[in-house]
Amino acid sequence: MERIPILRMGEFLLVTIQVDMHDQLALTLQEDLGERISATSARGVLIDISALDIVDSFTGRMIGTISAQSRIMDAHTVLVGMQPEVAITLVELGLTLPGVSTALDVERGMKLLSARVANA
Amino acid sequence: MAELQQRTLDALQKNEGWLLQAWNVDLAGSGADQDRRMSAEELGQQTADFLQLLVKGVRQGGGAGITDEAWAAARGFLEKLSRSRALQGFESQHTANFIFSLKRPLFTLLQRDLSDDPRLLAEQLWAISEILDMLGLFTVASFQKSREEVIRRQQEELLELSTPVVKLWDGVLALPMIGTLDSQRTQVVMESLLERIVETGSEIAIIDITGVPTVDTLVAQHLLKTVTAIRLMGADCIISGVRPQIAQTIVHLGLDLQGIVTKANLADALALALKRTGLSVVKA
Amino acid sequence: MSVRNQGIVPIRVEQDVVLARQAVRKLAQECGLRLVDQTKLITAASELARNAVIYGGGGDMDWQILDEEGRSGLRLTFRDEGPGIGDIRQAMTDGWSSGTGLGLGLSGAKRLVSEFELDSAPGKGTRVSIARWT
Repeated sequence: MERIPILRMGEFLLVTIQVDMHDQLALTLQEDLGERISATSARGVLIDISALDIVDSFTGRMIGTISAQSRIMDAHTVLVGMQPEVAITLVELGLTLPGVSTALDVERGMKLLSARVANA
Repeated sequence: MAELQQRTLDALQKNEGWLLQAWNVDLAGSGADQDRRMSAEELGQQTADFLQLLVKGVRQGGGAGITDEAWAAARGFLEKLSRSRALQGFESQHTANFIFSLKRPLFTLLQRDLSDDPRLLAEQLWAISEILDMLGLFTVASFQKSREEVIRRQQEELLELSTPVVKLWDGVLALPMIGTLDSQRTQVVMESLLERIVETGSEIAIIDITGVPTVDTLVAQHLLKTVTAIRLMGADCIISGVRPQIAQTIVHLGLDLQGIVTKANLADALALALKRTGLSVVKA
Repeated sequence: MSVRNQGIVPIRVEQDVVLARQAVRKLAQECGLRLVDQTKLITAASELARNAVIYGGGGDMDWQILDEEGRSGLRLTFRDEGPGIGDIRQAMTDGWSSGTGLGLGLSGAKRLVSEFELDSAPGKGTRVSIARWT
């Protein structure tokens, strides 16, 4: 079955979404990520969507759910690399993802995660 | 529409040289050759070219209107002429005069050559007058269209000019907004700010609205949406220069500025931005 | 207004939503829409295509590239033969959902486009037409 790869980088997990996901793929990612956080005791999750040219309400909801679910499992989530036109569209759609941390790119996202984990 | 007779056509063809000269004299009489925007040679070339096209149109088109295929070349010429006149900044009557000053030489010519047949003369004068009027109107219409194009392009250029996104420091962008904001302009400006954030990898954007006299509901909402979009991209936004009247409007409109950082002026906003990027300013 | 080109994209199963998005991206580029407008239209199409699959039991997307007075537009019409919508006003409210979604599909899609037309009645299926212009 088709899956989005989840990479482990120290105490963090990195997910780079590069394909136009259909809904089932998004749901599978959500489940896989939960299991990987639990199996690796990861303290943070980076979701890189710089290659995504659209995010609709389904994908947006998945991101929100992943963030909330990770928090319960004591891991911070940072969403990185959202394109300007995607951001404009999401806001217009009414999906502002409150409570989801964001960063411009993976490097800055890592820094943000490290700072969060150090403070926790 | 009255038809042009062979005799008229003959008169035109035989006297092209004289017509051209008389036309140029009339144009000069109206001061057209004294204009510094265009040389006398250029004008002379234009009159010579057009006269040939006119004769050709009359010969092939006969009594057909100027929308006929026979006049295509003449129309094309006039369109080009109108466009260049519009770009050079001429007035519409000045441009139309190019055609209308041909009337007197043409009438003089017909009066001379057709004087033996008063009925034919009257009919032919009417016919040639109709053609010139239509060509004149066509010129004015083309001129107007070119002018509108010029205005539209200038508006677009102005839009870009009036909205510079500037880099204040490494990782700090500023957008000083000046003048009345309409919703379309705000949208364009905000999009260019978002693009620049990605291009430069800036973590902080300051939108300075000191130069904005008023803000309406739509514009205020655009501002709020932009701040939210910037956050989604992973950068922070500070709004500076919110004047008392605008603050009042925002409160009156019931808009929620919660979670949005505002500063009284651009200097305070920059100080905050530097602090956030871990920099401090000290006296040397 | 003249139709430059038109066609139909079937939306039967979930994977078709992805194909519909890709088709709309290509058409929007051909039409000359700005990147932001392309993205808005594709996102709206994604919401409506998903609705057609989940609530309408599958349907079709008709597309038309239009020309009018020097501008071009892309019009998309999503049709399904599903149960239809009883209370359109309620369905258009932010946050209201008959399924498990966020309830931003219809109302959100409307905010993303310049033309929006919804035609539905219980038992009659649903037809949503959207368009964006250059």
